[in-house]
Amino acid sequence: MAIDEMEKTLRPPEIALKPYPSKLITLASGEKMVVREAKREEIGVLLGTVYPLIGVPTDYYDIVAARMYSELLGWYRYRVANEFVLVGAINGVIAGIVTSRHVSAKLGMSLHTMTIKRGLRVGAQLFAAKMEHHIDVLGEDEVWVVAESPNGFKRWMIEYQMEDRSAKYPDVRHELGGVPTFSLTKKLWDAVKAVKCTGSRPVSDADLKSAEKLIMPSEYPQLPGFKR
Amino acid sequence: MAARVGIVGIGHTRFGNSSEYDLADVMAYAATDALRDAGYLAQRKEIDQVFVANMASGMFCHQSAVASALISRMDMEPVPAELIENGPASGASAVKIAYMAIASGMADVVLVVGGEIMRKVTGWNATDIVATMLDTETEYNMGLTLPGFGGMFTRMYMEKYGLTERDLALVAVKSHDNGAKNKYAHVQATCTIEAISDGPEADVVNNYIAEPLRMYSTCPVTDGAAALLLVNMDSPRAKQFAKKPIRVAGVASATDTHCVHNRKDPLQLNAVRIAGEKAYKMAGLGPKDISFAELHDAFVILELAISEELGFFERGKSFLAVRNGETRIDGKLPINTSGGLKSKGHPVGATGVSQVVELVRQLRGEAEPGRQVKDPKYGMSVNFGGFGNNVAAVICAKD
Repeated sequence: MAIDEMEKTLRPPEIALKPYPSKLITLASGEKMVVREAKREEIGVLLGTVYPLIGVPTDYYDIVAARMYSELLGWYRYRVANEFVLVGAINGVIAGIVTSRHVSAKLGMSLHTMTIKRGLRVGAQLFAAKMEHHIDVLGEDEVWVVAESPNGFKRWMIEYQMEDRSAKYPDVRHELGGVPTFSLTKKLWDAVKAVKCTGSRPVSDADLKSAEKLIMPSEYPQLPGFKR
Repeated sequence: MAARVGIVGIGHTRFGNSSEYDLADVMAYAATDALRDAGYLAQRKEIDQVFVANMASGMFCHQSAVASALISRMDMEPVPAELIENGPASGASAVKIAYMAIASGMADVVLVVGGEIMRKVTGWNATDIVATMLDTETEYNMGLTLPGFGGMFTRMYMEKYGLTERDLALVAVKSHDNGAKNKYAHVQATCTIEAISDGPEADVVNNYIAEPLRMYSTCPVTDGAAALLLVNMDSPRAKQFAKKPIRVAGVASATDTHCVHNRKDPLQLNAVRIAGEKAYKMAGLGPKDISFAELHDAFVILELAISEELGFFERGKSFLAVRNGETRIDGKLPINTSGGLKSKGHPVGATGVSQVVELVRQLRGEAEPGRQVKDPKYGMSVNFGGFGNNVAAVICAKD
């Protein structure tokens, strides 16, 4: 068997997922952020965006960045089943990235949310977009979520009033190491999405074009004086 | 005749998240900055008195006796040092007490340092700790918080005077325009009225915190410190500093009922009005003389209400002035040129000191381009403690 053929046998079976419909969000600064699905061929710019944050311990950026780096590679190399990546871009510059996985028709597995541009609720918007994709677009009944940081716990578990499933361990066990698992059910999502999820569709051709070519950020608030 | 008091040194940390640091270290940074500004760092052991303003380090950081800690961090023993605690008005209270120490003749050179680290705890815990300044029996134990009070106050004001949520957003846009240019501000970002009020996504982008207050009507939870070096301008020692003094022309404080429900009209901030009147009288000035003001906008409604109590605008009319752009940096009376608590941030124990630092920066002409008031003569600050039960006002003059 040729090596290329052998590699293909290592890939997980994939379900064809419905695409995430792009949307446009006006941030508090007035900047327009396009939220769209990332493409595999954009892996270089995605990895390059995440990589500098692996060395930032503040707010647990290090573990989120390291794990997201691996998730992006797993997605690119076809080593994770049914993973999707959404990206938020302002004039093409990546403001945030989310990773997630469709486990089955009923269940989604939220992986990570990475906010590059801070103070404008970029992370909150991208997390909401991820939940929107899982429940409204892919039709799942619930999404399992864990938090790597107290910020994440506050933003997701508390603000969305997610159901704590940690008592059901090991039957309910998130893929990120079996840490306390929370669930966003469709019922909970329907109750909060009006105040958590926004964005306009369809996105104009001009706005879509602005996010067509993703650009790595040239500065990071998490890394003062950063030079690429 | 009491000695004239001036400010010859200012120091400030970048407000934001300093939760990884020790409070005394953060305060020492601001103090060092102020002493260096005054050209007095090497002579710091000659300072007569240090006053430290802090509201709740015991609860936020599990640390007490921060005045002693600061002195040791600064290698300043045996300079006397005491802590001043007056809720979120601790900073201006410390400035007032420093003034009294100099005016009384007890001291010629006084260092005031205000600081708070609030982000070692979660936002909810920080809100709870700040709420401990409310009346225990009738307010705190009933679940009231400062944002809760801010929301109720705003609702009453809206019903009485016709203020709208859009007016609150206009105040925020104005303050963020200034804060975006302030190197010390926590949130150095502008916001637009379309995004936080008029646009279809505003409800999510600018979500409710305590209706009708939204995220952009409320200050962030912030860490930071600020410092001032005050001197007796009439003492021979006044000649040894690098900077020309900015005179403290008026300083005063006043109190109101601890429980808000004991006030005849909760919309009247009597302590603000009385502190302001006393400060004006001491300075020999009136509202029309003030070139710019730093007002305690923990919730943007307070910027409006305080500006009315100080006589800048008629009661119930300040939001009309905001609509007309009168409080913008190029308006008739710029308010919160630093970005205010809304954009610069509100580390509670530091805020009153930070406001006076801004008065000095503006009067010296040292504010960043784009937020420097043109030829200011008098700046006024109001530092608001409790929900208006303990308030201090300061007027500084460029002679």
